[in-house]
Amino acid sequence: MHGLLVMYRKELEDHFSSTRFILLLTVILMVSLVTTYMVGTGLRKELEGFAKPSMVFLLLFTSTGALFSLVQFIAFFGPLIGLILGFDAISRERASRTLSKLLSQPIYRDAVINGKFLAGLTIIGLMQLSIALLISGMGLWVLGVVPGWEEVGRLLVYLVVSIVYIGFWLAVSILFSILFRGMATSALAALALWIFLAFFMALGSSLAADVISPIPPGQSSDPSAIIRYERTREVVSSFSPIMLYSQATATILDPTRNTTRSLILMGPMERLSLSRFQNPLPLGQSALIVMPHLVSLMAITILCFAICYACFMRQEIRST
Amino acid sequence: MDTVIETHDLSKRYGNQTAVDRLNLQVARGEIFGFLGPNGAGKTTTFLMLLGLSEPTAGSARVCGFDPTREALKVKRVVGYLPENVGFYDDMTASDNLRFVARLNGIRDGALTGKINEALDRVGLLAEGRKRVGAYSRGMRQRLGIAEVLMKDPRVVFLDEPTLGLDPDGTQRMLEMVRGLSRERGITVFFSSHQLDQVQRISDRVGIMLQGNLVGIGPMDDLAKRKLGVDQAQYTLEEIYMKYFQEGVPAA
Repeated sequence: MHGLLVMYRKELEDHFSSTRFILLLTVILMVSLVTTYMVGTGLRKELEGFAKPSMVFLLLFTSTGALFSLVQFIAFFGPLIGLILGFDAISRERASRTLSKLLSQPIYRDAVINGKFLAGLTIIGLMQLSIALLISGMGLWVLGVVPGWEEVGRLLVYLVVSIVYIGFWLAVSILFSILFRGMATSALAALALWIFLAFFMALGSSLAADVISPIPPGQSSDPSAIIRYERTREVVSSFSPIMLYSQATATILDPTRNTTRSLILMGPMERLSLSRFQNPLPLGQSALIVMPHLVSLMAITILCFAICYACFMRQEIRST
Repeated sequence: MDTVIETHDLSKRYGNQTAVDRLNLQVARGEIFGFLGPNGAGKTTTFLMLLGLSEPTAGSARVCGFDPTREALKVKRVVGYLPENVGFYDDMTASDNLRFVARLNGIRDGALTGKINEALDRVGLLAEGRKRVGAYSRGMRQRLGIAEVLMKDPRVVFLDEPTLGLDPDGTQRMLEMVRGLSRERGITVFFSSHQLDQVQRISDRVGIMLQGNLVGIGPMDDLAKRKLGVDQAQYTLEEIYMKYFQEGVPAA
């Protein structure tokens, strides 16, 4: 416990004083400021004439301005934050020959990776929190709308999901920094995984569905075949953290969404009710819908970290 | 004899290759033990096993009465280790590096500054304590490594090639420091080196490793008598070492 605290403190100090952290924070803050400003001014124009628009505040995060919404931006570039924070966690210690020294001190071996992971997670949390606060401030200024408690609650859930999501990528990059000796190698491997999951997973899930439960030729209008196909596709794509994250955040930030399932899978009555009754869900219900996503995200993060743990505890430590 | 380090048939194999083969040795309290052998003879592997950083394939070891494999933390609390080419965080100052290690060793914040300055003073780096380690010369880094080891008040120190790459003056100072550890503070010193004249100057006993086997161990006078048939002060350690080497490595 003691070693963990010392490691955590040192890693945190390192992060805060590193150029990397300052650059990362600057870029993210700039992007979020610019997008919120654009979205905010756009929203003001659109909402003119509405007597009582609801949940305007959340639209700041979800509506796409000229380029992309903030949620999309985090879904896409959040992984990079995690990767940048962790890709050299262990390999740098190894390169500077401090690893054997570190491990010859009276601390448990896991204190090293736990400390590094927790420090990274803290940094991620701080970044996310500062972005959310900054955007809320901008929103107050540009829109003049005060968020209600419900909206604040939704934003908090969004924050938690985002932190877990980026935490997953942090765990991935720490794992690669343990597995690969070179810092560049571990960074490249993590990038490759990110690109695969971000760009090719959608394609991959269709491919997998084609293989596992194909729609037989000539039966392309058979609803049960189509449903089977879609189910498989959804299951496969939910292995991708990016997919999990974008579905979860879209639901939590948009109260009128009451399912994460695709339209094809719904029954006719369900579809009808969805189009007829556009009542916003209460926060508790939305949270219930994203719970499985959050749990899956946490599960893969913990799985990834467990692999880190197992690898690191067995690894031979040589001084050279 | 108060034994501080002892091993019984300590072995380490990597796949088919035997790095250390049934090593049996004992080192007494306050002794300076020189560990010799060509590169790849298994010296560093022995260090790592004695520290609990690497698990032995077979056999057992005791350091200060603790088993390094099972009670690694207890061993690490009383043992200081200076690896070959010791590493530091180059962008931190020397005293910050020491502070970090001291905290890892559970030294209270109140006592930190005094301890750090004392350790830096001992190795003659007090004036340079505020400099970044990245700007240090090799000799200074090596001395800082000793300071780091001293700070935890160890009962045993393992020094892996402490004089490697040092200039004659630096080597001299390093040897003085090592001798001081043993004579003034009663610390057991277990060190490896290739510079045999230095080992001869400061060691009480030596052990010679060849290809994972301990081929000779004992006070230098005994080894000289046994191998070269000469009496005190008539030999150099180099002669003994080469004799062992030629016998032990047929191809050489």
